[in-house]
Amino acid sequence: MSQLEIKNLNAGIAGQSILKDFSLTVPKGEVHALMGPNGTGKSTLAKVLAGHEDYEVESGSVLMDGEEILGKEPDEVARDGLFLAFQYPLEIPGVSIANFIRAALQARQEDGEKFDAPAYYRRLYEKMNILQIDKKFSARSVNEGFSGGEKKRCEILQMSMLEPSYCVMDETDSGLDIDALKIVANGVNLMRGPDRGILVITHYQRLLDYIVPDKVHVMYEGRIVHSGEKELALELEEKGYDWVRDELATTAS
Amino acid sequence: MSQTDAIDIDREKGNFRFDVKYEYDAGTGLSEETIDYISKAKDEEQWINDFRKRALKVFERLPMPTHWATKDLENIVFENIRYYLSQGQMPSRSWDDVPDEVKETFERLGIPEQERKFLAGVEAQFDSEAAYSRMQDSLEDEGVIFVGSSEGLKKYPHIFKKYFGKVIPTNDNKFSALNSAVFSGGSFIYVPPGVKLKQPLQAYFRINAESFGQFERTLIIADEGAEVTYMEGCTAPKFETSTLHSAVVELVALKGAKIQYITVQNWSNNVFNLVTKRAWAEEGAEVKWIDCNIGSRLTMKYPGVVLKGRKARGEVISIALANDGQHQDTGAKMVHQADDTTSNIISKSISVGKGRSTYRGLVHMPDHLKGCKNNTECDALLINTNSRTDTYPAINVQGNGNSVQHEASVSKVSAEQIFYMMQRGLSEGEAMSLAVNGFVNDLVRQFPMEYSVELKRLIDMEMEGSVG
Repeated sequence: MSQLEIKNLNAGIAGQSILKDFSLTVPKGEVHALMGPNGTGKSTLAKVLAGHEDYEVESGSVLMDGEEILGKEPDEVARDGLFLAFQYPLEIPGVSIANFIRAALQARQEDGEKFDAPAYYRRLYEKMNILQIDKKFSARSVNEGFSGGEKKRCEILQMSMLEPSYCVMDETDSGLDIDALKIVANGVNLMRGPDRGILVITHYQRLLDYIVPDKVHVMYEGRIVHSGEKELALELEEKGYDWVRDELATTAS
Repeated sequence: MSQTDAIDIDREKGNFRFDVKYEYDAGTGLSEETIDYISKAKDEEQWINDFRKRALKVFERLPMPTHWATKDLENIVFENIRYYLSQGQMPSRSWDDVPDEVKETFERLGIPEQERKFLAGVEAQFDSEAAYSRMQDSLEDEGVIFVGSSEGLKKYPHIFKKYFGKVIPTNDNKFSALNSAVFSGGSFIYVPPGVKLKQPLQAYFRINAESFGQFERTLIIADEGAEVTYMEGCTAPKFETSTLHSAVVELVALKGAKIQYITVQNWSNNVFNLVTKRAWAEEGAEVKWIDCNIGSRLTMKYPGVVLKGRKARGEVISIALANDGQHQDTGAKMVHQADDTTSNIISKSISVGKGRSTYRGLVHMPDHLKGCKNNTECDALLINTNSRTDTYPAINVQGNGNSVQHEASVSKVSAEQIFYMMQRGLSEGEAMSLAVNGFVNDLVRQFPMEYSVELKRLIDMEMEGSVG
């Protein structure tokens, strides 16, 4: 039961089907990598899991620790324990990172429960210290004028503060230089543990040099076409996505 | 949340009323008889009665300003309004002497508690008259006067008559004329030379009766080098019929004086709020209006500063939130009349759903002046596609020795921003509220603590309520 179980998911946007009978299970304690060429539906999967209203689910189910999350509002899914690290995180002008994370934590409190602000700031600075983020960072407005690397760091900081049960990292490595990549990978590695399942969505194998996955899945045209151990990522890097395409063509004919 | 529940005037909290027996009730409709009734109830001198009657004629003569303002004004039915309601007693200096139902009203709104906590003086107005008025004894010893308008004119004519109706003449506009005809309540304040009030004075305006018009009149005079901060709050219950609130507020800052006037209004959705506010600033004086307009059906309010003396400074900082069915038509006026005067206008408006915000500004700098500066910034935030915002800045600047800066922006809270925040666990209302609070954040930081907390809470409630 302690797993994120996606079963025969068919979904799309604006009348166009994108995910086709997509199935994948990420148990707690494991890191899975989902790889695939552009336009194959990786980001659609992330948005559907998070409950984005623009996406239409035709059939299938997504069970998080045994409970259906399809059809729930995005905030409910989030509070239930699913965190999506955005490929393109959005700006919230005038709202500091510290206040944003605080609001997110307060949204998880029971009515009437008191928020312990000093304890919150202690924990926040502790996490920032571990992630090697400067203290001044949390006073800046969320993502406003951030570089690509700063945006991703901000996502990782939020993730580590909210302590979700399942993390979906949507192309977290895009637009990062090697130093930023290491910091992000370090953050993800620190989050690994028996109580958490992590799905890393990526186009390149590069990130997987720093985050070693337990399983690698290759996605193509809306579904998983290959699953294997971490070596699969290397094979993919070597042969390219054409290999997947050619192999599929062979199987079909 | 770590909130000091200092000023507790939330919408739901304000939505209650008591059946009160009124000793004086001028009935509905407006005529010379109504004015005689008010004058008699207040035991006024003849000159005030004459002043009122002249104002009534001006009010009747002036047309509704619908050639530039909204047609919604035509929905005000003046003959259906009750112009004076009071329980016929002088304001008490002790809460114990305030009639029970009135006292309970203000207790539910948290006024006595705030007075104990951080205020130098309080006046609490219930419909037409103040039910309670008290200031710290030490301020009285220093010669500070803080009384109702009727008492001020009666007891201290040598101080108040000189400026009464001068900053805002009766014929300034139709609603200042209306106020001049039937004014009742409001605060008259005089701060002697060099006296600097450390804590704010506060007035609280409460409408309790249906189909009622509240017409308070406020005049604040800060003598040379004096400093005062005045705050006002207001609520009314939700009624089926519309209610009219039409105040006139005049401020006079003499040489080197400082006046800060703070409003956080939270009217219910049936209130027409048509208020005229203006200040005179003499040499080296500073006047700052902080104006937060939340609620009401229609608000029209353009606080102004006439910069009469060299190096005078005027500032208007305003925040307006227009939700479904509301129109906030607000702005600022800066009239430069002396060299080296500076003015600053920062206006932020938020339109939600079918809510509508309008900014109207006026900056006047004639060409014989030198060294004058104005900075105007107006920013609008739109949430949901139906929202509407208009900006009408009128900048009349002549001469080369003056400088004017104007910036305007319109931004939107996008569905993707809301989704991003909801993915972190915030409800849709919380997400919108956070976006709005972020938008006004740089302004709110300038507010006194108690008011910034209150404003944040009002925004939270408005946004929670706006999620369909």
